[in-house]
Amino acid sequence: MTILPEARLKSICFKELNYYINFNTQSYLRIRLKSNMLDIVLLGLNHKTAPVELRECFAFSKDETSAVLKSFQESPVISEAVLISTCNRVEILMATEDKSNAVKAVKSFLSEFKKLPVPEFENSLYIHNGDDAVRHIFRVASSLDSMVVGEPQILGQIKEAYKIATLKKTSGVVLNKLFHRTFLVAKRVRSETGIGDHAVSISYAAIELGRKIFGTLEGKKVLLIGAGEMAELAVEHLIRNRAGDILIANRTFENGVALAKRFKGEAIRFEEIADSLQIVDIIISSTGSTDFVITRNQVKAIIRRRRNRSIFFIDIAVPRDIDPEINRLTNSYVYDIDDLKGVIEENIEDRNREAVKGERIVDGAVIGFRKWYENLDVTPTIVALRNKIDGIAKAEIKKTLQFLKHMSDDDRQAITRMTNAMINKILHDPTLLLKSNGRHQDKSVYLDITRKLFKLDE
Amino acid sequence: MEILLVITIFFYMLSTAGYVAYLFLQKDYLQKIGVYLISAGFLCHTAWIGYGIFQSGHFPVNNLHQTLSMAGWTIAGVFLIFHFRFHLKILGIFAAPLVTLVLVIAARLPSAPYQADSILNNVWLVAHVITIFIGEASFALACGVGLLYLLQEHAIKSKHHGFFFRRLPSLDLLDTTGYACIVAGFTMLTLGLITGFIYAKSVWGRFWSWDPKEIWSGITWLLYAALLHQRLTVGWRGRRAAIMAIIGFAVILFTFLGVNFLLQGHHGEFTRL
Repeated sequence: MTILPEARLKSICFKELNYYINFNTQSYLRIRLKSNMLDIVLLGLNHKTAPVELRECFAFSKDETSAVLKSFQESPVISEAVLISTCNRVEILMATEDKSNAVKAVKSFLSEFKKLPVPEFENSLYIHNGDDAVRHIFRVASSLDSMVVGEPQILGQIKEAYKIATLKKTSGVVLNKLFHRTFLVAKRVRSETGIGDHAVSISYAAIELGRKIFGTLEGKKVLLIGAGEMAELAVEHLIRNRAGDILIANRTFENGVALAKRFKGEAIRFEEIADSLQIVDIIISSTGSTDFVITRNQVKAIIRRRRNRSIFFIDIAVPRDIDPEINRLTNSYVYDIDDLKGVIEENIEDRNREAVKGERIVDGAVIGFRKWYENLDVTPTIVALRNKIDGIAKAEIKKTLQFLKHMSDDDRQAITRMTNAMINKILHDPTLLLKSNGRHQDKSVYLDITRKLFKLDE
Repeated sequence: MEILLVITIFFYMLSTAGYVAYLFLQKDYLQKIGVYLISAGFLCHTAWIGYGIFQSGHFPVNNLHQTLSMAGWTIAGVFLIFHFRFHLKILGIFAAPLVTLVLVIAARLPSAPYQADSILNNVWLVAHVITIFIGEASFALACGVGLLYLLQEHAIKSKHHGFFFRRLPSLDLLDTTGYACIVAGFTMLTLGLITGFIYAKSVWGRFWSWDPKEIWSGITWLLYAALLHQRLTVGWRGRRAAIMAIIGFAVILFTFLGVNFLLQGHHGEFTRL
């Protein structure tokens, strides 16, 4: 007699459980079919895909970015959006429930905004979905996708773009998480690999060399012969490194005076160069002269008077200004433009080697993000929530029943049934809310909060 | 107590490994580990030598085993001082293997004292030995720094920045450190010679006895004196100073070991096998 009702009760229990399982799988299917989940889509163009004219045309100022984001916000197919625009690239990141229409909307919008027919720029665009989009933004922020690998500006530019999006409230749960991850990944790549080490510009390579010779550039006296963009840039770097006095020699004395004013230095006459070698430590030469401006014998004569202190010549001129034979003299070092280019090539190779390590970090981070993202789906969240509560209930029942030895098996079953019923009732409303077909952006917010509230991500 | 010596060598070897790893991987913590390990080795080594003094009752430079052990100990000690004074992180790549090598050779030599020698209790003699050893250890480091200088200078002059360019510090730092090593070494060598003269006077009644060791020590002293003089007057620095530091150390090695094995003299018993 006792067996029957128990079996019946059991079947009821199972029914309830099945109800939940069916409930979940059904809703899961429905979600998939309706593609209720937000997709991450990235659409952009960069120095590899688009010529400079097109990139110029597609550059967005800060105000333009705000305006664009605002109109994206009004589009029914775009849930979240961030726009990044630098001189080398434009990237639009979206979270959308309708990929193809969102892409179409963005394209036609760009065409309207920039007054350019779609076919004229369509071929330069790349479109990434899901993992590929995540990987792309990670790589861009880590400067693995830059023209000069490892250049540091891009991260700041992305941060700026993200800030505009948060101010305009176009970035939601998905993109917020994605961008926070992006910043972490970029920081890791920079600190754990040598991707940003060593100079990749002529003037900076010269400064780095100077540091290897003199240790510190502080107080080192500089002589600039001639003028020119690269040479002046090098002088600016030196001043930033707290170099000492700056002397400027120019064939036209007036030009020298003008430059001297700019660098707060002192202009000397061209004929005074030989004598000044005795006091200066770094010479940067960039003249149009066809002969050597400084010869070996001139330097040889002053080495002793310099008490053998090191002297470093940076020859940026073509044809060369500094006799390369000077490099053979003791404690004298000459680097011409080709030597510096060689140094930079070595450094770039080095950075590319380090970039491989960076790619590895990015790969790991993409998987990490995918985990979070997949969990943001409705079904895994409901299942995880239920598992968590079930686990707690089971543990507590076990603990309690240990001390209630006098109870019959029936009584124990009843307690278990009661607990299960309670769980079902308690979880009923939250489950319905999470599954509701309300506004989707809100849904990801609820999912995120649920996961945080119940610590489901651990 | 042999175990102390084994532990010491073990620490020095690990420190060498740490520095080699630092040279290749350029991670700062490796260099720090290297310093800690060589410090630990130095402490064990100190305990080992202290134990030797306690056992025999005199300063342990009675045979080649003890003398080499003492040389290794002073190199490690002087290295640690220079390391913390100049922060020349890469110097350990020279010092740690050198100390390890010296100690391994020492450990393989018979350690039984040649004779229980009462002259080793003379205060002038002990002072003589200590100052000379510190001086020679400083010169050893100067030689190491000189080698690093030549490597770095070659990298810069040849314009092919290979393996060493990034791993070695600036020429200026290498030159300054080398100079400091030589100044310290020269000071200690001078003190060592003076205490030696005083000891000789008290034992043999004369300051100078044309012993080969004395002659070669004199040559070494003159060599370093010339180097310092040139630096102070005409600014001998950089490449030439580095080469001189290396030559100087070669002469020291000969004075320290070569003279004892190849020539006769009254320093012989310190390096007897």
